[in-house]
Amino acid sequence: MGLEVFEILGVSLRVSLSAVALATLVSVPTGFLLAVSSFRGKGPLVTTINTLMALPTVVVGLLVYILLSRSGPLGAFGILYTPTAMIIGQFILALPIITAITYAAVSGVDVRVRKTAETLGAGPWQATWMVLKVGRLGIIAAIFAGFGRVIAEVGSAIMVGGNIRGYTRTMTTAITLETAKGNFTLGLTLGLILLVVALAINLVVAHFLGRKT
Amino acid sequence: MKHLYHSIWLLPAFTLAVLLMAPDPVAAEDAVARIRLATTTSTDNSGLLEYLLPHFEEKCGIKVDVIAVGTGKALKLAERGDVDIILVHAPVAELAFVEAGWGVNRRAVMVNDFLLVGPPADPANLKNAGSLADALQKLKQNQGIFVSRGDDSGTHKKERELWLLVGGQPEDPFYLETGQGMEATLRVAHEKEAYTLTDRGTFLAVGGQLDLAPVFQGDARLENLYSIIVVNPARHGHVKYLAAMRLLAWLTSPEGQTLIGGFRKEGEILFHPTAVPLKGE
Repeated sequence: MGLEVFEILGVSLRVSLSAVALATLVSVPTGFLLAVSSFRGKGPLVTTINTLMALPTVVVGLLVYILLSRSGPLGAFGILYTPTAMIIGQFILALPIITAITYAAVSGVDVRVRKTAETLGAGPWQATWMVLKVGRLGIIAAIFAGFGRVIAEVGSAIMVGGNIRGYTRTMTTAITLETAKGNFTLGLTLGLILLVVALAINLVVAHFLGRKT
Repeated sequence: MKHLYHSIWLLPAFTLAVLLMAPDPVAAEDAVARIRLATTTSTDNSGLLEYLLPHFEEKCGIKVDVIAVGTGKALKLAERGDVDIILVHAPVAELAFVEAGWGVNRRAVMVNDFLLVGPPADPANLKNAGSLADALQKLKQNQGIFVSRGDDSGTHKKERELWLLVGGQPEDPFYLETGQGMEATLRVAHEKEAYTLTDRGTFLAVGGQLDLAPVFQGDARLENLYSIIVVNPARHGHVKYLAAMRLLAWLTSPEGQTLIGGFRKEGEILFHPTAVPLKGE
């Protein structure tokens, strides 16, 4: 191992952060719109999204594998067993979690926030901004929950990434491999490193938030 | 207003920063020849490929991405066109694979053997078996627990072949399927004080940490032949046929074969080269 650990960590972070960033772009607006609008079928839709939070990683892995395989519908792109394939799998895994928690966070914002903003002469965009601002802690929690889900998952990453050394090997797939080889100490060490990195990311964000409050 | 900058801007700024990181530096190198080899866990986890491939990569400038799965899945990946070349060990399934037109240029690369391993105390008394069939029969009669790979790997295929010698596998409580690789399965056998069938390479590589001993070996039916097969480019046009053929050529060349013969654990050869007669043999 040695230097290889940093390379593996790099793959993990690049894949998971990309997946979460993309999922955030889709999920935060979706969760927000769900919370502030009312329409027929909203209840069942929210229930569906909440249920999808329990989507097994191996099921997502299998679906993405079938889609991206050379014999599958998107096979022509040749992206199976690449980091891109892993990003797609983790993007799908992060979507329902970030959407559901954003929805809950925005729903929890007092309706008077928007009303007050509008009374004070805010346009619709400014009022939306106010609501997002008040609910930001919940939204950030949503993004972290999504990140926690994907950085820790192994099922989809190993199926569509292939655990290729120096290319698609992530912290979790490396732990799986080292455990199979009986290198328990190395496996545990990798797990600890992953936690320390997650802690560092949390601290950086907390620092930004701390300045605010 | 100043507050807004710190909190709300964090989201898009974070998103943007990450998107900038996203371009895949390795994908940009895809122009450099890069082939995918699906192989068995025994060749990868024993450390053989990690030892061999850098020599090939340096000599030919072709990067080999190794996907370590069971032989059954490796054949499946090749059939679907998801890999360029496979190194597997299930001759019967391989011949069917080539016969069906999925693969071409099958070449034998190396050979070792399977062996039955179990608790050193050998409660089912396999060590005194006169033949392979006798050993399996003893295992069934004396109610030793057998741990099976259960994953359609080459070893699992071989195991099912062997049970046919004695009219089928042991009954339920004495037959456990792990569905995992050889290392994990050996570990289960160790924990359960049970018997299992293993390839010698993996046993030599990880058996030292486990309380398992060989209890039967040396039958011709326990031969374990590894072959390399290139995916048929006529079936899958995107396959990197020429680069894959260079790997096949190199592994079966005197250089590749000598390196394979030089790969040892505790002085023992894990895989015996079998493609070309080497000097002095």
